[in-house]
Amino acid sequence: MTIQEKQAEVVEDFDLFEDWMERYEYMISLGKTLPQIDENKKTTENIIKGCQSKVWLDAKLVDCKIIYTADSDAIITKGIIAILISVFNNQTPQEILNANLDFIDKIGLKEHLSPTRANGLVSMIKQIKMYALAYQTQLSK
Amino acid sequence: MKTKLRNIVADFPILQQQVNGKPLVYLDNGASSQKPQMVIDAITKYYSEINANIHRGVHTLSQKATDAYEDSRQKLQAHFNAKHSYEILFTKGTTDAINLVASSFTTLLNAGDEIIISHLEHHSNIVPWQMLCERTGAVLKVIPMDENGELLMKTYEDLLSDKTKIVAVNHVSNALGTINPIEEIITLAHQYNTAVLIDGAQATPHIKPDVQALNCDFYVCSAHKMCGPTGVGMLYGKEEWLNKLPPYQGGGEMIKEVSFEKTTYAELPHKFEAGTPNIAGGIVFGTAIDYMNTIGFDYIKQQEEMLLQYATEELLKIEGLQIIGTATQKASVISFNLKNIHPYDVGVIVDKLGVAVRTGHHCTQPIMSFYNIAGTVRASFMFYNTKNDVDVLVSAVKRAQIMLS
Repeated sequence: MTIQEKQAEVVEDFDLFEDWMERYEYMISLGKTLPQIDENKKTTENIIKGCQSKVWLDAKLVDCKIIYTADSDAIITKGIIAILISVFNNQTPQEILNANLDFIDKIGLKEHLSPTRANGLVSMIKQIKMYALAYQTQLSK
Repeated sequence: MKTKLRNIVADFPILQQQVNGKPLVYLDNGASSQKPQMVIDAITKYYSEINANIHRGVHTLSQKATDAYEDSRQKLQAHFNAKHSYEILFTKGTTDAINLVASSFTTLLNAGDEIIISHLEHHSNIVPWQMLCERTGAVLKVIPMDENGELLMKTYEDLLSDKTKIVAVNHVSNALGTINPIEEIITLAHQYNTAVLIDGAQATPHIKPDVQALNCDFYVCSAHKMCGPTGVGMLYGKEEWLNKLPPYQGGGEMIKEVSFEKTTYAELPHKFEAGTPNIAGGIVFGTAIDYMNTIGFDYIKQQEEMLLQYATEELLKIEGLQIIGTATQKASVISFNLKNIHPYDVGVIVDKLGVAVRTGHHCTQPIMSFYNIAGTVRASFMFYNTKNDVDVLVSAVKRAQIMLS
């Protein structure tokens, strides 16, 4: 599935929910499916800045595609990062770099999160793209 | 009493609204209080009727604005019982006031001198002193705290010496609500002729301090936590200290005469009030103080003590809820955590239920490190809060706990 298709799927999932409560419950349940980062990768360098809760993100390149793993000490944050990872995982660096992120607005993630939280979201996306850029550079050498 | 409370809530237009489809329950007063109609009207009145620069023009408006600004200074003088109105300086807020004192102390300190703060301080009462230490080679000493969030006074006594040049502590801890024994802190410091600055940002919304009775050398606070506008605060300083300190910023208003060879400074309070100040803010700070005195600090104390006690009891009924900060003397602030749940998650969910609380480290990272926690959820009450607000908070926290477990 392409990033675009995955995004459409996430948007469709979120459309099923009638209210914020269900949406958050779904996010919390997604958090529990988050591909877990190795404990030894939970280092200070892997912490994403700009989140009130701690978020660790790691990425490796497997067959020219990026596999992200992460964790957070806050469960809603885990849900958010799980959504992002479900969209970006197993894609090439180039595809990740090119991806547009309309779906975040469409699923009401940005508007339903506090500004500081939204900043955390921006930082997470930035970090996901930074990894893609780093691997893209590595691949093109 | 009930009638009075209903009337008080009606004074605050912002509290009549819904947030996320629920009636707003505002419990983030420690961050900023809401404003009564009287204060909002006073801002409009200033800009509609008397806006002009102060202390300069001979024209009527300028004189009216100047009079209103100076009247407000006198209201603050009366409220805090300062000896002279010129001991009351307008600042941008508490942070600005602390920075003013810390900056002006630069020339009075030598390497090896000591500054004492406490473990309970807000970053605003830590960082300016660290910067002062960097500039002068002075050393920062910290009064430790115990598990309850109370200062270890015995250690404080040991820390004091002839080297101590200034002690800066808060009257009330913003993160935990502890009311510190500032009378004792001040008396002990004065045995060494040490200046004492009291950060009253979290105290002045609840308590009416008497700066002469306290005998503190500096007392600072912010208008916006006392039903007043943002961007204005107060620095009370004893005349002798304000005369001893050099000006903080140079500019208009703070001068007597300027030539390229030498400038002489204006008298107090203008020496420390360079540039056009927040005139509306300064004037309306006085209105806010009038409003709070109309409510009355006896009533405020009574209502807030009731809320603190009720909320503490009700929250503690929630299994797995721990209150952080259990000092004997507390202002109406409750920091808490739910077992195995991040405070941020709690904050997001209760917001959806219309409850505004603060989550995080509250600009007091050393306190969070002390308890080895990422942060807390903080509910902070003002006199306009009600028992119903507490009930809504408690049920929202219970709901969050179910969702997040």
